[in-house]
Amino acid sequence: MTPETLYEAWVYLAASPLLGLTTTLVVYIVCNWLYQRSGQWPGLNPVMASIIVLVTLLKTTDTSYETYFEGAQFIHFLLGPATVALAFPLYRQLPKLKGLWGFILGGILLGGLGSALSGIWIAELLGASGTTLLSLAPKSVTTPVGMGIAEKIGGLPSLTAGLVVLTGVIGAVIGPSLFRLLRIRSDIAKGIAMGTASHGIGTARALQLSEEMGAFSGLAMALSALITTFTLPVVLQYLSYY
Amino acid sequence: MNIIPGITILLLFQLFGEAMVIVFQLPVPGPVLGMLALLTTLVIRKGWQGSLEPVSQVILRHFSLLFVPAGIGVILHFQRFENEWFAIGTALFISTVIALSATALLMELVVRSRHSTRGQSTDDA
Repeated sequence: MTPETLYEAWVYLAASPLLGLTTTLVVYIVCNWLYQRSGQWPGLNPVMASIIVLVTLLKTTDTSYETYFEGAQFIHFLLGPATVALAFPLYRQLPKLKGLWGFILGGILLGGLGSALSGIWIAELLGASGTTLLSLAPKSVTTPVGMGIAEKIGGLPSLTAGLVVLTGVIGAVIGPSLFRLLRIRSDIAKGIAMGTASHGIGTARALQLSEEMGAFSGLAMALSALITTFTLPVVLQYLSYY
Repeated sequence: MNIIPGITILLLFQLFGEAMVIVFQLPVPGPVLGMLALLTTLVIRKGWQGSLEPVSQVILRHFSLLFVPAGIGVILHFQRFENEWFAIGTALFISTVIALSATALLMELVVRSRHSTRGQSTDDA
């Protein structure tokens, strides 16, 4: 085997969806294994670790995001049916919701707008550009919704997608310790907070901790997507950000 | 494993959601509507699940994997991150702490005052 045939094989494989898909799965499995081996140490959060490893790989092999996504889109696609599947844990927790609806909506509204406005103000204070501010605003809602809102208010949807995932990772990593610090006992309260502040990634973390927390996180994620879609553009317009 | 009927039902609900969004020009994503539709079906048919449960469990157990491809999208904005990393990082971190704390504290108060007799606590984390 000459170096030329090796190079040809690489060029061929690098352009096929198979490589992007398989690499994503292998990297995630290894990262998740390390995370479990470390006793779920937050610093090794598998989403964060996978993103760092894969971004480094793409950068060093000079692969474009478009080429990578050809393969990774098959994983990305499953976000849709997975979101639908959240109806299950939610259904099993439904009896616990009795009499709590109003408070839950209030909590989600508080957390959602609090996250968006404090994010914008802090970034503005530290000198971020206007486009960054508008892309930052919908960072707490699930990826497709966040991208839709960003488009509407004049941010960059693809930048928002990245910021949404980063926000999710931050929430998943610090959430459990923060709850311990604040002496939050109820899994309902923890779940609603995780889903409101860090959408699906927070929900994924919550599902690992308890089914109840995961179910309420999924509920908060869905409701906050609805609430934020309708309130955030109005509030930002009122504050004349766009 | 009986995975094909399950994934088909999930996709049908998603398709229903996406169709509603297009027909009625709703500003919400299709999957979220699909989830609400499935929840409504479960409530009306009192726990009907067909072959859904095993598929849902498998797909949700690996929920976090599904966010990886979108997260790699940051690579498209390297320049912006290089210039504004401090502002972006600080804003993301502090605002997430604020959102988590505000919502959790409010809900904890509500749950404690409403269910003070039942004892909801499960200390994990």
